[in-house]
Amino acid sequence: MELNAISIGFVVFTIFTLGGAFGVVTTRNLFQGTIWLMVSLFGVAGFFVLLSAPFLAAVQILVYIGAIAILITFAVMLTRSIARIKERYIRTLPNFIASLALFLILLLGVTIPIFGPHSPASIPEYVASTRDLGAALVDENGYVVPFLLASVLLTAAMIGAIFIARDETT
Amino acid sequence: MVPLWMYLAVAAALFSIGVFGVLARRNAVAILMSVELMLNAVNINLVAFWRYSETGTDLLLNGYVFTAFVLIVAAAEAAVGLAIIITVYRNRRSVIPEEARALKG
Repeated sequence: MELNAISIGFVVFTIFTLGGAFGVVTTRNLFQGTIWLMVSLFGVAGFFVLLSAPFLAAVQILVYIGAIAILITFAVMLTRSIARIKERYIRTLPNFIASLALFLILLLGVTIPIFGPHSPASIPEYVASTRDLGAALVDENGYVVPFLLASVLLTAAMIGAIFIARDETT
Repeated sequence: MVPLWMYLAVAAALFSIGVFGVLARRNAVAILMSVELMLNAVNINLVAFWRYSETGTDLLLNGYVFTAFVLIVAAAEAAVGLAIIITVYRNRRSVIPEEARALKG
């Protein structure tokens, strides 16, 4: 791997992503955990840019950092019982060993098959643009049915969330 | 250009950190945040395979569109999950999932 802008960006975004993820699972204060989650999601958005999917990076920042992280912040503020939880973790050591084993299995399972003859020699020159994505989303031979189903799902989730979280005493 | 397996390795590490958070954390909000980390690891994998695959022109957008739908489902999941957490907290004054066992037989 030669040293150029892409590899430097890859290293930087790896530090962002994994460091933020470590912060999320280790920090005691959930507010700080939310900030770490934003750092991690920002790193993932950087990966999307490196993989030439800038639209997904923008959606990642808007939806995850702009909406989901703020939503989690509100949930943290509305459920103040941090002081009641004495220990952060349950069954720390077995869970850690299980996660480490899962990581090793995943690493071997996903990287070994793509070494050797199956390794992609060169990445494709032509990359679908955001214009192609927009055309495919409303194309009847493309993804118009999942697109409509996604809007139904979002509406149902929004109504359901309001219905569940509604205070019935008022 | 960064080889494909490095993206997959980073995604595997992110997924494993998320699994540890889901299994070990006691706060339901922290568990939900860890689930978001796992979903992001899946998204990295999907986009990386989409970028490196050499398919024909008619399948060119599958990974891209699938990632967008994973994002949509994650947004819906976060909204409903946090609503459930707030309701459980209002009824039981607790965000520890083990203490919400009213439906346990």
